[in-house]
Amino acid sequence: MPGKLKVKIVAGRHLPVMDRASDLTDAFVEVKFGNTTFKTDVYLKSLNPQWNSEWFKFEVDDEDLQDEPLQITVLDHDTYSANDAIGKVYIDIDPLLYSEAATVISGWFPIYDTIHGIRGEINVIVKVDLFNDLNRFRQSSCGVKFFCTTSIPKCYRAVIIHGFVEELVVNEDPEYQWIDRIRTPRASNEARQRLISLMSGELQRKIGLKVLEMRGNAVVGYLQCFDLEGESGLVVRAIGTACTLDKLSSPAAFLPACNSPSKEMKESPLVHPPSHGCRSTHNSPIHTATGSRLTQNFSVSVPTLIYTGMGSGSAGKEGGPFKALLRQQTQSALEQREFPFFTLTAFPPGFLVHVGGVVSARSVKLLDRIHNPDEPETRDAWWAEIRQEIKSHAKALGCHAVVGYSESTSICEEVCILSASGTAAVLNPRFLQDGTLEGCLEQRLEENLPVGCGFCHIPYDELNMPFPAHLTYCYNCRKQKVPDVLFTTIDLPTDATVVGKGCLIQARLCRLKKKAQAEANATAISNLLPFMEYEVHTQLMNKLKLKGMNALFGLRIQITVGENMLMGLASATGVYLAALPTPGGIQIAGKTPNDGSYEQHISHMQKKINDTIAKNKELYEINPPETSEELIGSPIPEPRQHSRLLRSQSESSDEVTELDLSHGKKDAFVLEIDDTDALEDVHSLLTDVPPPPGFYSCNTEIMPGINNWTSEIQMFTSVRVTRLSSLNLTNQALNKNFNDLCENLLKSLYFKLRSMIPCCLCHVNFTVSLPEDELIQVTVTAVAITFDKNQALQTTKTHVEKSLQRASTDNEELLQFPLELCSDSIPSHPFPPAKATSVDYSSFADRCSSWIELIKLKAQTIRRGSIKTTVTVEKASPMGEGNFRNRSAPPCANSTVGVVKMTPLSFIPGAKITKYLGIINMFFIRETTSLREEGGVSGFLHAFIAEVFAMVRAHVAALGGNAVVSYIMKQCVFMENPNKNQAQCLINVSGDAVVFVRESDLEVVSTQHPTANCQPLCAGGEVTT
Amino acid sequence: MTSELDIFVGNTTLIDEDVYRLWLDGYSVSDAVALRVRSGILEQTGATAAVLQSDTMDHYRTFHMLERLLHAPPKLLHQLIFQIPPSRQALLIERYYAFDEAFVREVLGKKLSKGTKKDLDDISTKTGITLKSCRRQFDNFKRVFKVVEEMRGSLVDNIQQHFLLSDRLSRDYAAIVFFANNRFETGKKKLQYLSFGDFAFCAELMIQNWTLGAVGEAPTDPDSQVDDMDVDLDKEFLQDLKELKVLVADKDLLDLHKSLVCTTLRGKLTVFSEMEANFKNLSRGLVNVAAKLTHNKDVRDLFVDLVEKFVEPCRSDHWPLADVRLFLNQYSASVHSLDGFRHQALWDRYMGTLRGCLLRLYHD
Repeated sequence: MPGKLKVKIVAGRHLPVMDRASDLTDAFVEVKFGNTTFKTDVYLKSLNPQWNSEWFKFEVDDEDLQDEPLQITVLDHDTYSANDAIGKVYIDIDPLLYSEAATVISGWFPIYDTIHGIRGEINVIVKVDLFNDLNRFRQSSCGVKFFCTTSIPKCYRAVIIHGFVEELVVNEDPEYQWIDRIRTPRASNEARQRLISLMSGELQRKIGLKVLEMRGNAVVGYLQCFDLEGESGLVVRAIGTACTLDKLSSPAAFLPACNSPSKEMKESPLVHPPSHGCRSTHNSPIHTATGSRLTQNFSVSVPTLIYTGMGSGSAGKEGGPFKALLRQQTQSALEQREFPFFTLTAFPPGFLVHVGGVVSARSVKLLDRIHNPDEPETRDAWWAEIRQEIKSHAKALGCHAVVGYSESTSICEEVCILSASGTAAVLNPRFLQDGTLEGCLEQRLEENLPVGCGFCHIPYDELNMPFPAHLTYCYNCRKQKVPDVLFTTIDLPTDATVVGKGCLIQARLCRLKKKAQAEANATAISNLLPFMEYEVHTQLMNKLKLKGMNALFGLRIQITVGENMLMGLASATGVYLAALPTPGGIQIAGKTPNDGSYEQHISHMQKKINDTIAKNKELYEINPPETSEELIGSPIPEPRQHSRLLRSQSESSDEVTELDLSHGKKDAFVLEIDDTDALEDVHSLLTDVPPPPGFYSCNTEIMPGINNWTSEIQMFTSVRVTRLSSLNLTNQALNKNFNDLCENLLKSLYFKLRSMIPCCLCHVNFTVSLPEDELIQVTVTAVAITFDKNQALQTTKTHVEKSLQRASTDNEELLQFPLELCSDSIPSHPFPPAKATSVDYSSFADRCSSWIELIKLKAQTIRRGSIKTTVTVEKASPMGEGNFRNRSAPPCANSTVGVVKMTPLSFIPGAKITKYLGIINMFFIRETTSLREEGGVSGFLHAFIAEVFAMVRAHVAALGGNAVVSYIMKQCVFMENPNKNQAQCLINVSGDAVVFVRESDLEVVSTQHPTANCQPLCAGGEVTT
Repeated sequence: MTSELDIFVGNTTLIDEDVYRLWLDGYSVSDAVALRVRSGILEQTGATAAVLQSDTMDHYRTFHMLERLLHAPPKLLHQLIFQIPPSRQALLIERYYAFDEAFVREVLGKKLSKGTKKDLDDISTKTGITLKSCRRQFDNFKRVFKVVEEMRGSLVDNIQQHFLLSDRLSRDYAAIVFFANNRFETGKKKLQYLSFGDFAFCAELMIQNWTLGAVGEAPTDPDSQVDDMDVDLDKEFLQDLKELKVLVADKDLLDLHKSLVCTTLRGKLTVFSEMEANFKNLSRGLVNVAAKLTHNKDVRDLFVDLVEKFVEPCRSDHWPLADVRLFLNQYSASVHSLDGFRHQALWDRYMGTLRGCLLRLYHD
């Protein structure tokens, strides 16, 4: 009995009228936890009952404490018939289970009913008394902290970053059980909400156990998702990064001088030893698809193309003995892990050494009923397979780790696409191991190595590049090789040197697909996938060039499957990295150069493109310092074809030179227009309208090039559902529709938020789903942050300089490790790369089974390896015991409805996060049978999303917090049946509840000076709302 | 390609003041979009008509959801669904309860019943205010009326407390409630020249002096059992007013009163002779109005009577306002010198208020 849960029901307000006769309500409350239920007295005839109940006490296992939600039901007492339920409140008590977080949950919670929405509020107080459990074999993992934030939380320091943790649990979906035919929609919805709540509790507990096993005390970058597989069940899965975190005793030391809270870590990165000069390079996702079919060659150059599972897998080219040089230390540190993956997107200084490029894998699966929920082996195996694939891609890029890792699914009927992606990287081992702890904090002085370019340097062997790429010496340090273009899924490292500002770049694509059943359907999808990947990348590349930029951060490619089409949406933030070469322009090549008018047309288009590039460069302030080519001198005489995109083989290089109207000496990117398709592509390139003046947008945490944020933020969610009208759609029409949908949505956002100018839309997160045959649903969540146009950036500069001096990198240590060839790192792929376009489904089963066997084999070897390298030194008990207890009362004591900020970012501009109160992970279902009366689909969903926000805010406020950071709406599944006047929606949101303090409140004295300075400057630009 | 669903939800609820105004004014979404287009917003922002349409729809939906809460403004402050900064909340409430002069003049003094609501069509046609807006304004009047009707204490305070309106708007509502309760006739043709402000001014004076609340306003005794009601006229007081009749019924008293006034005002009025000639008529008019107030019907006609019996005769003789003031001051003051008249306090309570009202009503 390691815990006592205490609950007190104080009062209710704004209850609905349940008794028509008296226009009043006789309300009472049921408090349920596990199998125990308590009831309050009935408070007669009031819409604002004052129960003021005794303390209801539940004596429970901590295992249950973690799994079960506290369930509070408000009912209307009825003497003669059954009591009517008014609504429920589910409270996740997890934040009370670990030290440093909340100590009490107390406040007004909206009473929620799945049919009627919010119906009044209830005031509840919840406390937990935990007894320490010394049982080593316990099943609970109380004390492990969870963070949705994908970087090291602001008031903590990472002692060790252990690595990847994952878990999934499956169950039958109550909506599809036989009993659902006889129970009410409300009962069914509640069963579902409760089940998912239970499952996420269980999942979190299991992950916590794994973390404890790894001797960690926290999970950072925790991402939990639901797969609603319909008939075949319900899967709740989660991934995260296990860490050992240390609470910063004086977090103020990290306080940035200016209003850019994310710039806290300014130390120079660990720069790799110069001895590995023969290391080679990287991933330009430019690819030469020379064959008429997509080949393995291609799939490696953009390592997103490899998808396993359906057996169509043109697997990654291992290409003989793999010759990357890896430091032994790192190797062993990572080898003990089955998957050296990190869900983090931002890292402590020095953590990230090199970035290889984006790796991704997809797999098409057919769902079948999960027979035994306790043995979710199939799903586990599916993911293991994909992760293995990712791991091997990373190896191919000369990297031993994957950062910015995420997983997703798209389900349509019984077909499911599993996707995983991340960024291959070389990491600094000192954060990954227990032993090297001591060196971690020591601030050693050393010679100033170039800052802000280290991560760009290629991690792979130049002489044995996994794909054709164009390498040059780094434009920053001139010592190492860099690729011409860099794609990543992570945030821009804070130390990276960027020219100008960044911008949101999206690639959008639709492909029609025949309706088919089961296996035929899966095959059709598998066949389409490589083409989609290819085109998405081409679009991204073209748009990047058009912006005059050379790198993408935060890349997220989403492929959504529907009944009769596939949709691809890639979002990323383009930037100009100073370390990378200036991108060449885009050249247009015509197929029939003799035709005069055609040529004219081409040259006209060329001019338009050149103009756009010039305009964009101006818009995003991209004016890199002129570096003379002669100085750098490309050491690798690369044939020009490498950087060229060929749409057909009929190209001759003569034509290109003939039409070389573009950017002089630079290698240009050639687009050949040989058919209408290509023409469309070029047109679509030019249709993207830049945001109106004063607006910027990006999908990363912060906008590169802007760091003088002011404090006004506005988080929002926007949803659009569009019906495609015509029955015989073509791919082009579809593409145009989809493109228009996204562009119009963005335009609407700019218009709505115009009062915040100058401002930036950060963390713009698009999600596409295809709920029905001809419906496209796009959901966007983002935050608009105002910034000060005028305020100079001097503060940050001095900060950088300062941090440069105390840059702590223990290079010497690294140098000591002998460099070693590791050719046996992974067995080469057993399957011959199959042609992507012709899938032999019949052989799928065989392949799959052998594939799984292979994985098992690998897993075993890896595990064996892990025994050798024993982990030593246990510094602190992962539970953190009383040492860290910091039970200061939350500072916000507002009596009225306090403002709770919400943001998808990990920080709040102009404020300092002083405390993390715990994870918020909520799942809601809303259903209506009176759709028209509730304002149609828009009215229904608008109200529901507003209610979800309200419930999140209420929970945060009850924990004593005043903001949610790293907020994300992971799922918004909307279904309608207008004929029946019905609709249903499921929403899953999560984030970290925090307490923040305004910087102005923190340092009243010190801020007086700077504000006085900027006062005259920002007099006109201030936005007040 | 048509958008089936199109929503935008902010953590802080976005309120566009211009769109709010259009919504309050009862324009349909398409009318509102057209009006916004005309305002030149597209040129300013570079947006498209589709964007404007979507934006307007969104705001309208938000307002529609907020409307339920605006019916009981304290709810808006305590609700959790919409996060709105306090200044914005105040703006939403104030604007929602604001009304059009043209509309209030049509409804002022009418019973706030279903019957009147049916006439809103006509009012809408007559005033050019959309029917929707008329309904909102009417419902606001009725809602405030219902809530404060039976309530004790100061009318203005009650309104302020339950509807969180500004001081000015609360006073206006107090007047509306007072007029509706006493059903003062304000729609007659001869009253058309009067503004809502004129009536509101009179209402305030009457609430202060002629209601039950006026009597009970002893600051030392807040818990007194006196029915502290601001909406009903003090019946006892109205009954007593009959006693004033002696001022005109007793010929000697009337003559004495006249001579007192004339002596003092001689040479001070530009319209002295007209005053002298009309004195008895005017005095009879004012006193008879008082005497008749026992009947509900005559109470309703109070303003008609005042205009007919006093404002119009003076106006036809072109009395300047200053003269009216001098006359009324002297007229009420000189009663104190009438030894045979015993109801000085009553007279003051009556004339004090009436003098204020008449001065306000006396204009073109």
